Amino acid sequence: MSSQPRRRRLEVEEIGDVTVVNFVDRKILDEQNIQIIGEQLFSLVDEVGRRKILLNFGNVEYLSSAALGKLITLNKKLQAVGGRLILCNIDPQIYEVFEITKLNKLFNIQKEEQAALQAF
Amino acid sequence: MSDDAQGKRDFAGSFPDGEVCHRLLSSDLQEVRRLQEEIDLRLKELKFSERDRRGIRLALEEALVNAIKHGNRLDQSKKVYVCYCVRPERFDIHIADEGAGFRPEAVPDPTAPENLERPSGRGLVLMRYYMTEVEYNAQGNVVRMSKVRDRSP
Repeated sequence: MSSQPRRRRLEVEEIGDVTVVNFVDRKILDEQNIQIIGEQLFSLVDEVGRRKILLNFGNVEYLSSAALGKLITLNKKLQAVGGRLILCNIDPQIYEVFEITKLNKLFNIQKEEQAALQAF
Repeated sequence: MSDDAQGKRDFAGSFPDGEVCHRLLSSDLQEVRRLQEEIDLRLKELKFSERDRRGIRLALEEALVNAIKHGNRLDQSKKVYVCYCVRPERFDIHIADEGAGFRPEAVPDPTAPENLERPSGRGLVLMRYYMTEVEYNAQGNVVRMSKVRDRSP
């Protein structure tokens, strides 16, 4: 279990002053992965000092409640430092998970990356 | 009824004889993955829809992670007992952990506006949405879930 290589779970790109994050994993389910994804996302705010983060869910097919928890914590961290989190490119079946949990009301969710970049 | 008989009823009450698969998992999240694959394969063989399979996979993830993480607290000496049955018209599963149990009604509703920012408590919401039935025993360490097959085209 712990012998798994700790590979990078996020692809991070800077577009202007926005940090655009793509997920490497198609399924953000596995607890271990979610822990690592959480740490890597939080370090963007806590260590690298990013303030505008755009999460692109284009690759993602599955999302569990543990992953939603990380997104909520990331959102709080950004709010605390006057930053912003926007989510985009969410597959309809994943959007359903946001609707069921009413998190579509908490997060700023945009359809396309371009629209999301302009929403900051 | 003896405690033992009650326990067996908790597990296998609604299952037909001969078609039930029993599995004993250690409190290891990798075992969750293997069981999900095994069940998904069976659902696929019986031509359950993509949507049903997807919902069942997510509900299994939430229920098994709850059992291992919150029930057994990742204690490797504790087991999770699973029995399931895939029939053409429905999927049934019972998941029992060796933890102290919990009261589902005591979990704050995470969809209430004042709780939206709480990072936990959403697993149950997803299980209830994607499965036809979700029921805990009185102690709260056994969950029984079923999914009646979606017949829509």
